[in-house]
Order: sequence, then structure tokens, then C-alpha cells
Amino acid sequence: MIGFITMWLVQSVIVMLTVALIAFALFRFVGDPINNMVGQDTTLEERAELRERLGLNDPFAIQFARFAANAARGEFGFSYQHRRPVSELIGERLPATLELALVSAIMAIAIGIPMGVYTALKRYGVLSRAFMTLSLIGISLPTFLIGILLILFFGVILRWLPTFGRGEVLELGWWTTGLATGSGLRSLIMPAITLALFQMTLIMRLVRAEMLEVLRTDFVKFGRARGLPDRHVHFKIALKNTLVPVITITGLQLGSIIAFAIITESVFQWPGMGLMFIQAVGEVDIPVMAAYLVLIAFLFVIINLVVDMLYFVVDPRLRVDRAGGH
Amino acid sequence: MKVVAGLIEKTEVIDDYTIDFHTPNPDPILVNQLEIFYIMDKEWAEANGALEATNVKGGDEGNFANLNANGTGPFMLKERQSGVKTVLEANPNYWGSMPGNISEAVFTPISQDATRVAALISGDVDMVYPVPVQDWERLDGAEGVKPLAGPEARTIFLGFDQDREELLYSNIKGNNPFKDQRVRQAFMQAINIDAIKAKVMRTASQPTGLMVAPAVNGFNEDLNNSRMAYDVEGAKALMAEAGYPDGFEVTMDCPNDRYVNDEKICQAAASMLARIGVKVDLLAQTKSKYFGKVLAQNNYDTSFFLLGWTPSTFDAHNPLSALMSCRVDGMGAFNLGGYCNERVTELTKMIQGETDQGKRQDMIDEAFKIHQDEVGHIPLHQQPLSWGISEKVSVVQRPDNVLDLRYVTVNK
Repeated sequence: MIGFITMWLVQSVIVMLTVALIAFALFRFVGDPINNMVGQDTTLEERAELRERLGLNDPFAIQFARFAANAARGEFGFSYQHRRPVSELIGERLPATLELALVSAIMAIAIGIPMGVYTALKRYGVLSRAFMTLSLIGISLPTFLIGILLILFFGVILRWLPTFGRGEVLELGWWTTGLATGSGLRSLIMPAITLALFQMTLIMRLVRAEMLEVLRTDFVKFGRARGLPDRHVHFKIALKNTLVPVITITGLQLGSIIAFAIITESVFQWPGMGLMFIQAVGEVDIPVMAAYLVLIAFLFVIINLVVDMLYFVVDPRLRVDRAGGH
Repeated sequence: MKVVAGLIEKTEVIDDYTIDFHTPNPDPILVNQLEIFYIMDKEWAEANGALEATNVKGGDEGNFANLNANGTGPFMLKERQSGVKTVLEANPNYWGSMPGNISEAVFTPISQDATRVAALISGDVDMVYPVPVQDWERLDGAEGVKPLAGPEARTIFLGFDQDREELLYSNIKGNNPFKDQRVRQAFMQAINIDAIKAKVMRTASQPTGLMVAPAVNGFNEDLNNSRMAYDVEGAKALMAEAGYPDGFEVTMDCPNDRYVNDEKICQAAASMLARIGVKVDLLAQTKSKYFGKVLAQNNYDTSFFLLGWTPSTFDAHNPLSALMSCRVDGMGAFNLGGYCNERVTELTKMIQGETDQGKRQDMIDEAFKIHQDEVGHIPLHQQPLSWGISEKVSVVQRPDNVLDLRYVTVNK
């Protein structure tokens, strides 16, 4: 186990450095931050001076080394646009993104798994076919379109739900939550659905396919032959055996829910990290962009570690394999 | 601000309500420029170490005055989360008059056009800007909201590289066709500004013959109306006369998220220029990329471009100096094409110090006339202000696209 963690640490450092390097290389192509920071009457000399002060004239390698050294200590510098420490900004925006991602993930699992089981058991039922059609829409429609359609229908035409923002939030220390207020909950509904829809359909299709596979296996037939009730066979035997790959995929998808919340957040003006990133791109706010990308890479690395460890816990065969030195 | 402060030699406090500004030369524009200075309490600034301006990479990025409000204005800051929400409340001790009746104002940036318009129609917000011009019909059709449009003081224009001996992005080698006034004039005559107004701007733009809008001091109605007429045949003849009967190729730089329908204007211009044989290779990109390429810090890396300008002083001297003067003595910083006429530059310097309004206007007219005759740039139009408001509120729309909360009234 210790060897495994050391390996993982070395790998993650390489991954993080690569992400930072690629991100940093990309920033050379996003444009010039200076024009967004000064007024149109600012003289050329002052613009040049500002460039120099920001270190934008230094060679690429030096800029990157400086960034990596600071990032390793958790320092991402000051945002060009907000004139505040980037770590502070991220701290403010993180709760909104995590809350949205978590609610979406729970929604996707809580609805996706039962739908998957149902469509596997009643393959030719009317409801099953309706679910399958719906899932096709969920998989094929782009997120921003779903978001805008929801806004149009529930926000503009029916006027049931607020069209943007996070509503009233409650402050609990450094954490802010919208789950405790009525307007916060109402604001959460549409973004959460938008973000969850793709994952939900993915989980549903995965559970369905796995269930169909497992239902054909001998031990399920044997269970039936023993005269066990259907419910026991379906949920205790079949579903339990489908869940291993489902857990893996869901874990990995949690990372992408957080990372790809960018689109949902910008459609609903959800004040999370994704929105901050998009705004930073528009303003060429390099410290914010760099910090965001590194943070997301870090999240993925952590999630991968947890999933890998879950493998060890769930699947005894893996442990045997490693011990055998393959 | 530093630029303006540099124009002031010294200041002298006369009494509690009077300050004298001393300038090295007579300066008729300074009064307009002082508008950008905000007054802070000296004791407050001293107590919080906010006496110096922010140094972005120095040790004081977190300058207290950046994140804390102080002043005697009509509104006070109640809450601010940058990029998320700003709440202002009326200052009960405001010294000036307040025609409106706002007690609290909430600003929320909504970056997506569709979401912003939806928020207005659904009644979640009472006023939005900007509204995409193509959404006006939607606002007209919706209940309780309406579009609010007016001419902005921002002039949109095209410019040419007239400085280099050879264009950076063209198939003509060895000489620069834009140095030839006939070519510039042909370009101007090939642009059908009324078609751009009707098709691209939904009739909301104000075609212009000058580089300044009517709201700007120094504007001249007659000069503005003497815009060179649209004439494709004439343009073709001019091109032939200049030695380009079959036209040429040139790359056009254009922002795609800076001005109202900027990329569409460039596309329209490109297809109009195709009719006189000019093949325009359009390079439309996001504003930070665009400005990073064409501005002075990148050596004006462009051959043909679209730009917009609002004079920050609302005086003709500002565009004359920044856009139309030769690139000498700190002038012409945004003269991306390097248009250079010594008389215009000389006049600009004189305009800066002339306090006799009549004489000053004559000089402005002369400079504008020379620039117009030489087709230094192709002025296109003043772009429309495009706001959307709920019928519950009334606002005053300023030509510089600023919402002044003092003039907002909520109907009860």
C-alpha cells in the first residue's frame, strides 16, 4: 500500500506539472491583459511599465518556474481584474460550485439508478421506452441548450423559477450555502437539472446494460432456481454485482461534473469557479486561469486516488494481482 | 488619471470649497477631464494607508481604497462580491439633488446574452444592458418590458496602414496601396453605409461622416453630412486609376466581442469591397487577442482594421490627438494606421491650448476637413445604445453608456 501511494504521489506531481505547463503555454495565445487593465488614455510608456512590473516580459521558462514555485506553496498571486488574492477568490466561489456539483451528482444517482434498473427489468414496457427516448435527448442535447430551454420555459413563460444567480445564501463561517433558504433552493433547481441530465442518462444506460448482462449469468439463474423471490434476485444479487463499475464511473464523473460546470454556471450566472474562469478568460486574468486549471487537475488526481483505493477495497482480485508482481 | 494629472502643474487650496488648478498653458479641456477624479477623505486615506495609487505588482495590490468605499456621493456601498453582486443604498446625507427615487440598487453581471434578456422578461431584474440588437423585437413583443435605444457617442470606423512602405498582410509587394489617396477613397465609396445600417444594425445606427458624434464638443453638422457617397462604379474607376483595376488582397483585423455587431460589420464591409475586386481576408477575434495584435505595444501589427472610439473628454481634441495626429510627442497612440498630416497635428496642438471657442471650432473644422478629404479613416457610424427596461422604471440614457442612478425612478 505504501509503495502504491508513493507511486501515486510521483505520478500526480508529474500530472500537475504537465497541466500547469500546458496551461501556461496556452496563456501566450489568449491575448494581452494590459489593455483590459488600463484606460484608453494611458500612455504607451505606462503600458510598457505595467508589462514589465507584471513580469510579462520575462522569458517563458522564468515565468513558469516562478508560477510553479508559488503554486507549490499555495500562492497564486493577485487577480489582475479583481485586485485580490486568487486564493481568496477561489475560496469564495468554491462552495457554490461544490454545492451545485454535489446536488447534481446525488440527483443523477438517485434518479439514474432506479431508471436503469427499471428499464432493464421491464425491457419492453411503455415507460421503459419513454425513459430510453428521454435518455437519448439527455445524451444528445448540448448542456447550454437544455439550460436555455429550461430558462425559457420555467423562468420566462411559467415564471416559477428564478432565471439566474444563486438566490439568498446563508454564511456558515467561510462556507456559503443556498440550501438553507427558499430562494436558494429554487435557484438551484434548474442549474442542477441541467448539470445532472447528462450524468443521469449515462448512469441509467450503464446500469441498464450491466443489469442485462448480470441477469443472464448463471448465478442469477441459480438464484431463481432456488426459488428466491424476484425482489431478492433483482436487488440483492443482480444489482449488487452491477454496482462495481457504476461506482467507478460515477466517481470519475464527479470530477467532470465539477470541471464541466463551466457551461451550466455561465448560462445560469451561477457564481461558482467555472463562471469565474470564463470571466477570467475574457479579461486575460492569467493568475485566476492558472489557479483554476491547476485546482481542477488536483481534484481529478484526488478523485482518481480515491477510486483506485476503492478498487482495492471492493475487488480482492486486484490485491492478489499486485502481490503476484504482475 | 495619471495622464490627466500630468497636465496639472500644481493645485492650491483656497478654502473649504475652492481649489485652484494651475496649468502650464491655457487648457480649455481640463474641466471635462477632471470629471474622472473622485474625492476621498484625506484623514481616511491616511489612516488606512491609501495615499498612493495601486501598484499592480508592487507590495500594495490589496490597496485599502480598492476594496473599501469612501466619499460623499449619492449612493453608499452596502455589499460587494466582485463578479457576483454589488448592492448600493442611497446616501441620506447626499449634498446634491436626486431627481430619482432609488433607495437600493443591486447590480448583477450576467454574461450570457440570452440569460440577461430572459432575466428582464421574467421580471427578475428591472433593467439590463446591453441587449443584443436582434432581441429588440422580442422585448417589444413581451409584456411589461421595452427596449431603450439611442445613439451612443462611440464612433466606429475603419482604418488603413498608411505608414509602412509595404503592407504586412497583402499580396501587393514593394509598395503600399493605402498610401494612395485614390485607393482609400475607393474603399470609402465602396462601403454602402445605409445597407450596414439597415441589415446589420437593424436601422439603429447613425451613419457618420466625422470621427466624432453629435454629443461631442467640436462636432460640425455640415461636415458630418458631407460623407462621400456610395458609388461602386466611381470606386472601381479610382482603383483602376491607382493601378489596381483587378483589386488586391488584404487582411482585415476585427474584434468580435467589443462593439455592437462588430464582426458582422466587418463581414458586410468585406463583401462590399469584393465588388471592387478587393479580396478581404477577415481575421475576427476576441478583444484581448485583437487589441494585443493591433495596438502600439505590438507595433501596430495590422494593415486594415475596424476600431471604435468614445472621446473620454467629450471634446474633439481627444480623437484628433489619439487617432488622427502623427505619431509624435505622445500623440497618435491609437493612430493604428499611422495617418499623418502635419497640418492636422499642428492644429491639434493649437486646439489644446485655444480658449476662444469660435477660433477653436474653426481649427477643429479645418482639421476634420483635411482628414475627411484625405480619407484618413473611413468613419462608419455611431453605434446604438441598447438597453432593456421594465415599464415599472424610467431612466435617463446617457450617450456614454453610463447608467446614472440618480436619474432612475421606480413608478409606484
